[in-house]
Amino acid sequence: MNAITLSTPLSEGEVRALRVGEEVILEGLIYGMRDRTHIEIFQYGKEPPVSLAGYPVLHTAPSLRRVGEKWEKVIIGTTTSARMDRFAPALFEKYGVRAIIGKAGLSEVSLAAMQRFGACYLALTGGAAALETLQIEEVEAVYWPHLHPEALYAFRVRGFGPLIVAMDSHGASLYAQVRTAAQARLASILGQGADA
Amino acid sequence: MKNCGELRRKTLPDAPQTSQASPLVDDNETPDWTGLEAAGARPRSSVSLPNEVVSGVLPGIDYELVEEVAKELYIRALKELPPDVAEALRRALQRETHPTARTVLKTILKSIEISETNRMLICQDTGLPLYMVTAGGPWALDGCRLKAALAAGTRRATLEHPFRGSTAHPITRDNPQDNLGQGMPIIYWDFAPEQDYLEIVMVPKGSGSENMSAMEMFTPADGLGAIKRFVVDKVVCSGGNPCPPGIIGVGIGGSFDSVGLLAKKAIVRPVGRRNPDPMFAALEEELEDAINRSGIGPMGLGGDTTTLAVHIEWSYTHITQNPVAVNNQCWAARRARARLWPDGRVEYGF
Repeated sequence: MNAITLSTPLSEGEVRALRVGEEVILEGLIYGMRDRTHIEIFQYGKEPPVSLAGYPVLHTAPSLRRVGEKWEKVIIGTTTSARMDRFAPALFEKYGVRAIIGKAGLSEVSLAAMQRFGACYLALTGGAAALETLQIEEVEAVYWPHLHPEALYAFRVRGFGPLIVAMDSHGASLYAQVRTAAQARLASILGQGADA
Repeated sequence: MKNCGELRRKTLPDAPQTSQASPLVDDNETPDWTGLEAAGARPRSSVSLPNEVVSGVLPGIDYELVEEVAKELYIRALKELPPDVAEALRRALQRETHPTARTVLKTILKSIEISETNRMLICQDTGLPLYMVTAGGPWALDGCRLKAALAAGTRRATLEHPFRGSTAHPITRDNPQDNLGQGMPIIYWDFAPEQDYLEIVMVPKGSGSENMSAMEMFTPADGLGAIKRFVVDKVVCSGGNPCPPGIIGVGIGGSFDSVGLLAKKAIVRPVGRRNPDPMFAALEEELEDAINRSGIGPMGLGGDTTTLAVHIEWSYTHITQNPVAVNNQCWAARRARARLWPDGRVEYGF
């Protein structure tokens, strides 16, 4: 499958054009956040020091080394999205985030918000941190560094992916499709042998 | 901890007195050793185990070496994926027909190659540090010093490499940044008299998959069907969270606590090795087939490969119960193994 290359910031039109199952490669700036970063914004009411409008947010797990004023990458991976699910709709609505990059997907509530505000979920291959680290060219900035490793990160990426469009702005979710099909198969899979 | 052996030797002569402090002994009761003496046993106070004699008869171990090995094992485990796991992933790609699943498997294999070439960590999650120690016999082993050496090795690997501290206080969430803290590292002990070496297996257990683990107490009447449904349901409901396709470790039997350890031992077994019992080997194959036919696929995005292997470990249980545990292991099924001989020889493997 040919991957679609997109440069950030993303427009609503670019995101609305994406459909589940498509592959995407990202170029440019993406923002990394995780549990504490979201809590800082949504529970403590701290405004992010940069505009997130149009940018993808990566559910990041960064291991960095501080060298003078610069932050150097050690290993940067991606964490399970479900823990940050509750904050996704507000990221789309209030901050104009166009995509969330993570692993294992978000809830139906977040899916509905993607449809309403023109956003999508891009699945990254979890555990493939070595590749991901090479595709992050530079840690451009670390905002709220006192929260590291749960700060707000600006990553400059090159050839970032392949990412799979797993939830789109048209109400489709690959995770839901796959799970529904699996559950339907379960009865026949375990079949008669189940009570042997 | 380093003086553990000395401490033991010093307190031995006072053993009957100090045992009064034990909650198992009534404060007013003076331990009576006469019965034991009459039966030919000696009270603990007169047991003498001078180190010189022990080391003259039984092989000993260098605890500084154990510390080095513990450190080395943690780093190796994070950087070198066991060849059986990598091979199983390659074979999965050969069989896989689903386009998205092929993309994910290729990404996984590419990342493994990059981590090998650049000596990078495979995954950023340095996991919970877990050591499985199997002591052969006969050895003169000081368990306290061995335990301290494993903890020191864990800390040194974390600080000297350095890599992420992944352990946290369960309530305050304080992270000591050295992968220690109360109860860390997790250590399981076993003994194998036929083995002439000390074996240490290190597993940095990633949380994405560990969080998707579960146990259930079934009744005897629930039968085998309930076990199968529980395992397959757990995998299907977990979707992409445990980073499939990995190893599904299943524990059957035992008690509430031991069934979890059985499942943990199951994920440590190399891929491609079946349970030696034909009944359980057949069940492993059946569950593997069922899970892969579910279509959950790599990272939960659909495909023919949901697991690389189902491994079952089992034990007898109570007549009223049938505990079952599922320990999920991600595709980055990391482990490192070392064997230590009394002459100081160390062999590393998986």
